[in-house]
Amino acid sequence: MSPALFLFRKREWIYFAILAFVLVIVFPSLFDNFRLNLIGKYLTYSFVALGLVLCWGYGGILSLGQGIFFGLGGYCMAMFLKLEASTPEATAIQSTPGIPDFMDWNQITSLPFWWEPFHSFTFTLFATIAVPVALAFIISVAMFKRRVGGVYFAIITQAIAAILTILIIGQQGYTGGVNGITDLRTLLGWDIRSDNARYVFYFICVALLLVSLIVAQFIRISKFGRLLIAMRDKEDRVRFSGYDVANFKIFIFCLAAALSAIGGAMFTLQVGFMSPSFVGIVPSIEMVIFCAVGGRLSIFGAIYGALLVNAAKTSLSETFPELWLFAMGGLFIAVVMVFPEGVAGLYRQHIEPLIVRGTSLLRIGKVRKPRPAAE
Amino acid sequence: MRQKTISPFSITRRALLAGIAVLPALTFASAPLRAQEVATADANTTGLAVTDDTVTVGILHSITGTMAISETGSVEAEKLAIDQINAAGGVLGRKIEYIQEDGASDWPTFAEKAKKLLVENKTAAVFGCWTSASRKAVLPVFEQYNGMLYYPTFYEGLEESPNVIYTGQEATQQIIAGIDWVVREKGAKSFYLLGSDYIWPRTANKIARKHIEKLGLKVSGEDYYPLGNTQFNSVINKIKLKKPDVIYAIVVGGSNVAFYKQLKAAGIDMSKEKPLLLTISVTEDEVRGIGGENIAGAYASMKYFESLPNDNNKAFVSAFKKMWGEDSVIGDVTQAAYLGPWLWKAAVEKAGSFDIDKVRAASPGIELTTAPEGYVRIHENHHLWSRTRIGHAREDGQFDVVFETKDLIEPNPFPEGYQ
Repeated sequence: MSPALFLFRKREWIYFAILAFVLVIVFPSLFDNFRLNLIGKYLTYSFVALGLVLCWGYGGILSLGQGIFFGLGGYCMAMFLKLEASTPEATAIQSTPGIPDFMDWNQITSLPFWWEPFHSFTFTLFATIAVPVALAFIISVAMFKRRVGGVYFAIITQAIAAILTILIIGQQGYTGGVNGITDLRTLLGWDIRSDNARYVFYFICVALLLVSLIVAQFIRISKFGRLLIAMRDKEDRVRFSGYDVANFKIFIFCLAAALSAIGGAMFTLQVGFMSPSFVGIVPSIEMVIFCAVGGRLSIFGAIYGALLVNAAKTSLSETFPELWLFAMGGLFIAVVMVFPEGVAGLYRQHIEPLIVRGTSLLRIGKVRKPRPAAE
Repeated sequence: MRQKTISPFSITRRALLAGIAVLPALTFASAPLRAQEVATADANTTGLAVTDDTVTVGILHSITGTMAISETGSVEAEKLAIDQINAAGGVLGRKIEYIQEDGASDWPTFAEKAKKLLVENKTAAVFGCWTSASRKAVLPVFEQYNGMLYYPTFYEGLEESPNVIYTGQEATQQIIAGIDWVVREKGAKSFYLLGSDYIWPRTANKIARKHIEKLGLKVSGEDYYPLGNTQFNSVINKIKLKKPDVIYAIVVGGSNVAFYKQLKAAGIDMSKEKPLLLTISVTEDEVRGIGGENIAGAYASMKYFESLPNDNNKAFVSAFKKMWGEDSVIGDVTQAAYLGPWLWKAAVEKAGSFDIDKVRAASPGIELTTAPEGYVRIHENHHLWSRTRIGHAREDGQFDVVFETKDLIEPNPFPEGYQ
């Protein structure tokens, strides 16, 4: 089958169409602006989960530090927005007008040089992806070229997440510290806090996500995708066959970082601030959970997983403010114990066979070969 | 500034204010009258959650996560105040109902829940937040949707939002009188400044340093440690070496436990006052974690201590313990949180309306004679006039109040000459 025509198999086109329909038509018509904005926020985590499906589910590289890239992408965007909000007029009460408020609180009297380029929106868009990818590249080259993998790699990503958090908190004059970069107002003069902007950002987020899905699918069905699976299952064998395993791993890790960074930037735009609480170990592990709940082998599952976990988080914490954390913990345990392949696995085992039987009943007379499992 | 009213209705209003302490019967009698007095359509022109009988407010604190231990006291105090106000006839004759949300010690969650309380629930006021980070996260939400937040924690200042009433002290109110006292009474000449590494301790120490230098005295060292740090041995050694007269400590959260225990283990006996330890970050709540025996002899600079002997406070403490158990303790922030609903009620009744803009206009000058800390008044800048007090830590976890300023201290969130 040629990739151009059959990027998705028939049934996967249906899944894609259903997802697009739900995101573009159902959610916006079902929910008010406040809830839609929340869904937009959840979707930013879907980018991370999607990256994890490729990198962990297919490539077998468990990263417990996706928050690093999510945070860096988000911080790049936040720096641009903060500079735009810190005009000399808006910050007239400060000792040094024209610099972000937190710098003024920390007795910094001029804008640090590495903040300067973030006056430019073009540069910011570039940096949003480039900075996290560059860091991912450095980490992965250093690790994979030395054949560090598995648990050790996970530990190192986690350590880097911790280091980055400490760095951001410690350098509060330059980064806003624990508080993060807050009070972001406009994007190129357009008020990002208005309902209108929220609406637009939601659709931008959905569009980016659908494009990312197609990219992920393209990788999945390509030769590279098959190599990834081979590497995950028997790395040495792929190496002995003459492939440079490290380069493939570096690529997929950088791609996952880029996806996380897009999520981070969209997060900043929709939530209106960025803080170290999205960078550290806990959020990074949470992101792995989103992916695991959705099913780490399913690109669609990742998106539903992020939506599901975050929606559960919001609704449980609204309904049971005192007990909701226990409920979340219970949910995660249930996922691991009862359906280790996540929502996607559940679907594949129980629902898909019904649909297959249903469709084959409709086409009486036609003999259908049972398809192999989707992945 | 002080608001004096003379119409016959406002006598009832004042009685209502004093209601919990002395005059429940009178306020009960006056409550139905008030409900008819202001029609819902007049009292609420902006679509807040107000009916003929009820008004809905929000409570937004962390009840899970690392901050839960600190914020629980505030939640309890706010619920107590709401109960008492309801028992005394409510606000403009309407019973207060609250919706509680959990900020989960997570700043974006605070922003999300704040938005929910304002946009979905249309709450007339929100009592909440504790850390500066959570306040900074919700601030744009309150300003955008024009809500009113009553924020209870002592904090760094440098802020004056039209949508926040700050019921705790800004930094100068807590620091300057405390340093003056230790210089005057204890003859302190040199200070070692120490804090957790975030905006409040840094700003507070900046103010402290400027003030110490203004007095012509010496700062012998200044150090910061990350939040959650538990290794203070190196700074304790430095302190031993430099022999300052005063350790000025602004360590927060769990780090406190390690800090005071290690200080004691290193042989620094706080009751000898050589050096003397003055803190602005340890209230009765923190002492519970630290252990009274580890901190006995230290001094804390606050506006409120549970042991304050006035009648308002006695009534407050016994009501609080009756509602939340004899074991509960009341720290500075808990008391400030308790003021929130009362200040809001007073402002609403002065304005005759729940509209945020009218409540805001009515707020400056609102005074509370029934405050457990004695008496407070809202300043034009939305902070409270209040006293600074010095407490001497006892073994049992309480403080003896050894000093209080004669006058109310004016809040000054943007202190000139201290930035």
